[in-house]
Amino acid sequence: MNFEEHAAKPLLAKYGIAVPESRLASNPQEAEAAAATIGPCVVKAQVPTGKRGKAGGIKLAATPQEARQHAENILGMDISGWTVGKVLIEAQTPIARELYVAILDDRGTKGPMLLFSGLGGMDVEEAAESDPNAMRRIAIPIDQGLSEDAARSAIEGIDDIAKHATALVDVFMNLYRAWRELDAELIEINPLVITKDGRVVALDCKFTLDDSSAARQKDIAANAAPEKQTVLEAKAADAGLKYIELDGSVGVLANGAGLTMTTMDVIAHYGGSASNFLEIGGEAYTKAKTALSILLENPNIKALLVNFCGAFARTDVMAEGVINAWQDLKPDIPIFFTIHGTGAEDAVALVRDRLGIEPYDLMDDAVKAAVAAATGRAAA
Amino acid sequence: MIPRKNDRLLIQGITGKQGTFWTEAMIAYGSNVVGGVNPKKAGTEHLGVPVFATAREAAKAQPFDISCMFIPPMMAKDAAIDACEAGAKLLVCLTEHIPSHDVMEMHVAARQNGTRIVGPNTAGLVTVDECFVGIMPAFNKKVFKKGKVGVISRSGSLGTLLCLNLAQAGMGQSVFYGIGGDPMIGTTTADALRLLDGDAGTEAIVICGEIGGSAEEEAADYARTMTKPVVAFIAGRQSPPGKKMGHAGAIVSGGSGDYNSKRKALEAAGVGVADVPSQVPQMLKRLSIAA
Repeated sequence: MNFEEHAAKPLLAKYGIAVPESRLASNPQEAEAAAATIGPCVVKAQVPTGKRGKAGGIKLAATPQEARQHAENILGMDISGWTVGKVLIEAQTPIARELYVAILDDRGTKGPMLLFSGLGGMDVEEAAESDPNAMRRIAIPIDQGLSEDAARSAIEGIDDIAKHATALVDVFMNLYRAWRELDAELIEINPLVITKDGRVVALDCKFTLDDSSAARQKDIAANAAPEKQTVLEAKAADAGLKYIELDGSVGVLANGAGLTMTTMDVIAHYGGSASNFLEIGGEAYTKAKTALSILLENPNIKALLVNFCGAFARTDVMAEGVINAWQDLKPDIPIFFTIHGTGAEDAVALVRDRLGIEPYDLMDDAVKAAVAAATGRAAA
Repeated sequence: MIPRKNDRLLIQGITGKQGTFWTEAMIAYGSNVVGGVNPKKAGTEHLGVPVFATAREAAKAQPFDISCMFIPPMMAKDAAIDACEAGAKLLVCLTEHIPSHDVMEMHVAARQNGTRIVGPNTAGLVTVDECFVGIMPAFNKKVFKKGKVGVISRSGSLGTLLCLNLAQAGMGQSVFYGIGGDPMIGTTTADALRLLDGDAGTEAIVICGEIGGSAEEEAADYARTMTKPVVAFIAGRQSPPGKKMGHAGAIVSGGSGDYNSKRKALEAAGVGVADVPSQVPQMLKRLSIAA
């Protein structure tokens, strides 16, 4: 779960990391009023994605009128597919030096990792790519936490920030506490700045809550940015199903993430394209009916391919759900089955008896038939 | 380690609905289940084996080698640490959606106690006709039959499909090694490859990979050193970037974890990469003849 800046920064403040004064505005009038109390400010688009500055979503304003003008331009702007609905009006900070710091889940060490760079700002990722030394990486043992020595080693040898070492180490320690206590997957400050009067201030914050921890971080999770999803995707999410809408014509109903991705790949291999990703594996395998009705609401769907390869998921339970739903909904498209694994004999018999359809023994044959039906031409 | 016929198996969460269903399947397969855990039912018997309050208690009365967890996500960390501290050599963690910080703590406990974790979010392990641990259709003769091909998979469903493709082509399997679809797993693709490379019963290996992370790239580094033929299929070629494709680990972000880099790395290491799973048996045959 991602958080917009205005929701992430108060988390930093709660953990003792300084952030500039700011107010949220959802229209130009509010932006002007906020700027009137704050003074010279920055008008910042609130969307849960990076590259806001490059997209023109961050502007300096000297006066309330100017803040209003910028808000008018920025509100409604599209940034990486997100429509800007709110701007943050934030006090300007006199910057002497821009830094980068983050703590994230590291796949390699299977633990938290502190990242630090003396090159903060908009292009830190590019800078780190061209100069690997630009990004310091400190692995943190989660059973011991971040030690002061380890935190200090992140800035060792960077002479021009040495006199701010104590304040920076404080920020790192506090940031780790926030990461740990808030079940963060990522908490990033870019830029972390040293001001002209020598303070250390977080000018931005990116916070990602671990999805699997949302149930024990309910208060925090409530402030997450909405997912970018279609009406059908939202409906599926409400039903506890992972559904991704695509623009092809072959509907996919499969169990398990790996098999579902593979089914999409095989459809493409034979010259078709999938109208969705939808998996009903894991605990979701009893939700076949809900899944099917969501699939059929996608206007692009011209044929449905049911591909079950049951391990944990029982194919007989899934098949019965699909058949019941199919007979209820009576959709006007052809359906193709291929079923193997746990419960497959019963599942194949059910499809045969109740729908009068013979499931394909080979997945490739089922895919070819579905592609031909959906596209009106023989599979490639 | 690869599970063997005599390895003693403990089931944490044995009395639940899924625990019961799959433990019965494991026992029927011939796996040596010696006990179970449920703190509320300690002292009773279930499916003919004693139930203990904790894995540590179990270890005192009934030593075991492998523990398999049927435990919900929020309780998984404590159960896993319990199994590690009880001296499990291998911990098969089936649970999906465990909080990521908990997973990190599990890995620390595993390192400290010398336990190998498989998973989280694995469908388990099958040493064909010897030992089955987990939630795979090991008992389905159309999918699994004794042979010489080792299969490594991040996904249970895709792994099942690959095993089916091999069986349909008349090739059996030696071992199915489900490593799990999570981002931070205890046994990586490269680790499993190393294990199967050292397995006398395995003559060729299939890797079922997915987009996301760099597990396949790391496996390619090891594959380069091998003489046994390796073929891979990578799922997710058609998946849109920036979306978690069901598995928490299956996401392409910021140019890392994408299909092409995995395919390139594997092919450069001499691993055959199939466009569709059904090509895998033919590619194996060609590579085996060449070797």
